[in-house]
Amino acid sequence: MNKKTVLILACPLVLLLMSLKTAFISSSEEKPLTDSLKRPAKFGFGRRATAQEIAAWDIDVRPDGKGLPVGQGDVKKGRLLYAQKCAMCHGVDGTEKPGIKLPGSALVSDTLATSKSKTIGNYWPYATTLFDYMRRAMPYNMPGSLSNDEVYSITAYLLNANKIIKADMVLDAKNLYKVVMPAKKLFIMDDRKGGPEIK
Amino acid sequence: MEKGGNKNQRKATGKISRRTLLGGVIAAAVLPVQSLFAGEMQAETLVLPEITDDPTKTIGPGPSPLGKRSTFEQPVRKPSDISSRTPLQDMHSTITPADLHFERHHAGIPTIDPAKHELLIHGLVNNPMKFSVADIKRFPSVNRTCFIECAGNFRTGKAEMTPQDILGLTSQSEWTGVMLSILFNEVGISDKAKWFLAEGSDAAVMTRTIPIAKAWDDAMIVYAQNGEAIRPEQGYPIRLLLPGFEGNMNIKWLRRIELSEEPYMTREETSKYTYPVKDKIRMFSFELDARSIITYPSYPQKVNKGWIEIRGIAWSGRGKVEKVEVSTDAGKTWQLANLQEPVLSKAHTYFRFLWNWKGEATAILSRVTDETGYLQPTLAQLAEARGVNLGGYHMNPITAWQIKNDGTVLFKPETIK
Repeated sequence: MNKKTVLILACPLVLLLMSLKTAFISSSEEKPLTDSLKRPAKFGFGRRATAQEIAAWDIDVRPDGKGLPVGQGDVKKGRLLYAQKCAMCHGVDGTEKPGIKLPGSALVSDTLATSKSKTIGNYWPYATTLFDYMRRAMPYNMPGSLSNDEVYSITAYLLNANKIIKADMVLDAKNLYKVVMPAKKLFIMDDRKGGPEIK
Repeated sequence: MEKGGNKNQRKATGKISRRTLLGGVIAAAVLPVQSLFAGEMQAETLVLPEITDDPTKTIGPGPSPLGKRSTFEQPVRKPSDISSRTPLQDMHSTITPADLHFERHHAGIPTIDPAKHELLIHGLVNNPMKFSVADIKRFPSVNRTCFIECAGNFRTGKAEMTPQDILGLTSQSEWTGVMLSILFNEVGISDKAKWFLAEGSDAAVMTRTIPIAKAWDDAMIVYAQNGEAIRPEQGYPIRLLLPGFEGNMNIKWLRRIELSEEPYMTREETSKYTYPVKDKIRMFSFELDARSIITYPSYPQKVNKGWIEIRGIAWSGRGKVEKVEVSTDAGKTWQLANLQEPVLSKAHTYFRFLWNWKGEATAILSRVTDETGYLQPTLAQLAEARGVNLGGYHMNPITAWQIKNDGTVLFKPETIK
């Protein structure tokens, strides 16, 4: 490397060092040495979810019926399915089996709010919740194994056993959410707010 | 101080004669723990190291890849079919060791490969997106020390109950993760969205609906607990963290968030986690009201006459602990306890109070006031506000310990009906 080349290379380097020094001094005078970067509008991590991916997981059902799938079920089929898939824990007559602890009988038409056990008839404010919960989590030994028709049927059977719908009603996406539950009128939103009052 | 763990250990060592231990012939004696504390522990083995009179004359074991507790300390959770409880009486400060954090799950603990796990955010968003665990870890991270408490964390009924038995479903960790607001900004949230559904990937596919204000406030998606990856029973690889809200809403094994105009009324927010208030049923009670408990002295500890440092924890789901008062005369008079600094928001706060016990039979109690001015109620006050058919949720009554003349400490169960 000759002298000339060294000079050519060195000049920009000196300039760069000088400018760096100036930049450092000016920035440290303005701000303490901390994260001074502004957050980007988007980080760009993650990827767009496909419609198929969303459909595979989007199993929730809302009280207004959003999310109820195509299909239907009736009380008669539901009674049979209950005997096959539910009775081993919940009991054929709705009495829980020994060694199994349940919140209450699935088949009792008890509509007294003061009753000790919490049942569909006295404590479930929305019929859609029955469908949503059974489809995602029941039967306990085979969660997520029920078809939509099966869930409609078992829902119909339980609602009928709790004397909420008639025995000949066929449930589907158009009518399940319209079923009015006896307990709905009992529920109130939280009214605690902190502060001195005990609620 | 005779703590539960130490007592167990003494029982254990008592089974081997001192001569055997001193002989040093065996390097380790292996005892089946289950036979000694049936029902208290899983089948584990207790390895007793060689014990000599003078540890300065024997070279001990060298370094190891993974630390262990002293074999003289045996704090354990107390499991049932559906939960296990933190041994609060064995804790000396507010961070719960991760393996002692309480558990509550509804269909077992899933085994999830973090390389395959993804979080879907969809619904009322501009761009429905999926995030891998690696993606989530790339976002700016924060640490948050706060408690998680199960909303159904109150048991009573007999005098022989420990803090673990009464309210062992509360624990505290330093959590690390990303603010949920950052992820919401990434997908873009519609103005119509007022709630979001969070869903786990356990066999219960647990769901709860959360008001969107919590996401803009302090909700996080966390992947670490006390510096290491979250334990499987705490939601590995990721969970929702909602400081101060019911434990059940802090969805574990989180796989999906859906933005919505209205709540979903899931099973866990309607037929569970709701409770009678007079002739109505209260739902959507998210914040846990302020609570405290004396953890020392407590059952089954015993105290001696003279100076006793009363110790305990206080917390509020609505913010910081403002003050803790202690009564050593069964609630007739109250005095301020010292709070351990720093006092963090929505966090277990350690308190201490020095008491010179003269040997009289009495009861000791603590009560907390939080920064909203809420004073921890008595059971009678809760019953007055809600009616005598109190459910098991959101029960935060003052806890009293009876001190007997001989120094025995017993829980003071109360009845309201």
